[in-house]
Amino acid sequence: MSVTIKDVDKIAQLAKLKFKENEKVKLQSELNKILEYIDQLNELNLDNIEPLENINETENVLRKDEIEIWLTNEEALRNAPSKTGKFFKVPKVLDK
Amino acid sequence: MIGLEIHAQMKTNTKAFCRCSTDFHSSPNSNVCPVCLGYPGCLPVLNEKLIEFTIKMGIATNCTIRSNSIFARKNYFYPDLTKGYQITQFDTPLCYEGHINIKLKNKETKKIGITRIHIEEDAGKSIHDFHDDETLIDFNRCGVPLIEIVSEPDMNSTDEAHQYLSKIKQTLIYLEINDGNMEEGSLRCDANISLRLKGTETLGTRTEIKNLNSFKNVSDAIEAEIKRQTSVLESGEKVSYHTMTYNAKDKTTAATRTKEEAHDYRYFPEPDLVKLKISEDWLRKVADNLPEFPDKRRDRFMKDYFLPESDSEEITHDRKFADYFENVAVNLSDKNERSFRTASNIVRAEVRKVMNEKKIGINEFPLPAKAIAMIADSVNSGKVSITASKEIFTLMLSGKSEEEMLSIFRESEKNLSIVSDTSEIESIVKKIIDTNPEETQRYKSGEKKLAGFFVGKVMQESKGKANPKIVNELLIKLLEV
Ligand SMILES: [Zn+2]
Repeated sequence: MSVTIKDVDKIAQLAKLKFKENEKVKLQSELNKILEYIDQLNELNLDNIEPLENINETENVLRKDEIEIWLTNEEALRNAPSKTGKFFKVPKVLDK
Repeated sequence: MIGLEIHAQMKTNTKAFCRCSTDFHSSPNSNVCPVCLGYPGCLPVLNEKLIEFTIKMGIATNCTIRSNSIFARKNYFYPDLTKGYQITQFDTPLCYEGHINIKLKNKETKKIGITRIHIEEDAGKSIHDFHDDETLIDFNRCGVPLIEIVSEPDMNSTDEAHQYLSKIKQTLIYLEINDGNMEEGSLRCDANISLRLKGTETLGTRTEIKNLNSFKNVSDAIEAEIKRQTSVLESGEKVSYHTMTYNAKDKTTAATRTKEEAHDYRYFPEPDLVKLKISEDWLRKVADNLPEFPDKRRDRFMKDYFLPESDSEEITHDRKFADYFENVAVNLSDKNERSFRTASNIVRAEVRKVMNEKKIGINEFPLPAKAIAMIADSVNSGKVSITASKEIFTLMLSGKSEEEMLSIFRESEKNLSIVSDTSEIESIVKKIIDTNPEETQRYKSGEKKLAGFFVGKVMQESKGKANPKIVNELLIKLLEV
């Protein structure tokens, strides 16, 4: 399996990142190295081994359904780069 | 073929993964915290009630409840999604492979498969029409728990889709896990539609209509999309996969401009949440606390209270309303078919009328169930006529306390009780005959159907109190001389 520049473009687009051509080449080789490492893992026989979905082996960390007020509206908006009244404000977005 | 994906907001006090309130009416950005605002370094903690609610829906829709499930991240960028991903369930939905039964127009029952029910969180709310070049965002909804109920493509008509949605909504409300409010978005629906040409086995490409927020829109949008796909196929072309939006103004569907290749959600297991294990014990506890389901209750009402199916269906459609009726039934002094029917009539007609007029739920209805039982008793024992019972009912509504209502009942029952005194009724009948000479003449010359006219006049004159049987006898006696 090897990563093409087209793959890099696609991943960058999904992650909303922009790269220059020389950066893309560098990323391509780095991504390929990661995949090579994963290919090494593929050589292991994992037939009867359950996938590890979480390093944490505990189960059912749950909480009661009780309200706690954490932030006021002013506090919530304090770090916002842009706001209007009680709202966060972002550049216009359309179609989801 | 139609399949529905229904998103139902769970009626928990707090969000799915943090302790912020889920109150819909709170002021913007007041139910937020570092977790739902997506601050780095925060950890989500799962709401126990959410799991309980989802299991309830799973059992109610005959699903298998998965004993080991995990959560997943669905990655995409949109300003109303703080973390850049939505926590959802991907290949291990908590409930799967269920079904519900719907009633078709021809009274037959049809089984609609439920593929899966999984848990996910809602996103915030974007307000686009405030500024020309800016969007405002309220994150109160961000992290609010939803379940997504995915059906099999088992529905073949708009009507079936409507029945299915209605049954799901009824079940959610019965379980008291969702408020059924489509206007406020606590119940939303996406519809998948694909057509199969007559005489062929293969199904055409499906399209998906997103975000339908009323029963009418669901029906109209499906109708419009079937029409659109039919005309595409008839012109010899192929339907291609699209996400569609429905325009309620001109009742048409249109493909969204979103490029499909952009939808690559790169699901992976959510590392911030641990495994969810549902033990036999937990499952049993939830199952033991479930209410009687609507279909079962309808059948029981038909048997226990001798009600016709349609009346029984009407009463049991709403859980609280059915509870109210059962409370009336318990308080009846005679427990027989006739008294149950009388009680059912008052509850379905008079009580419902007041609820509709005042736009209130049965919980806010002022008369206690005991009062309705007393009115029904009064009719059944022949003390008052049905007409008079309606008047007593209305009078009692003006009572400010239960005590006052009871005294109004006693007084009006006395005032309106059926007059069986023949001489009193005879004087009224005579008066009506005397003041309507023309009709009397026509009756005597053979126009017998005028009898109803005279009965009506006598009842009116007696304010509904005259014993109808005696009125009839006297009318015949006096008119046929
Ligand atoms: Zn929160």
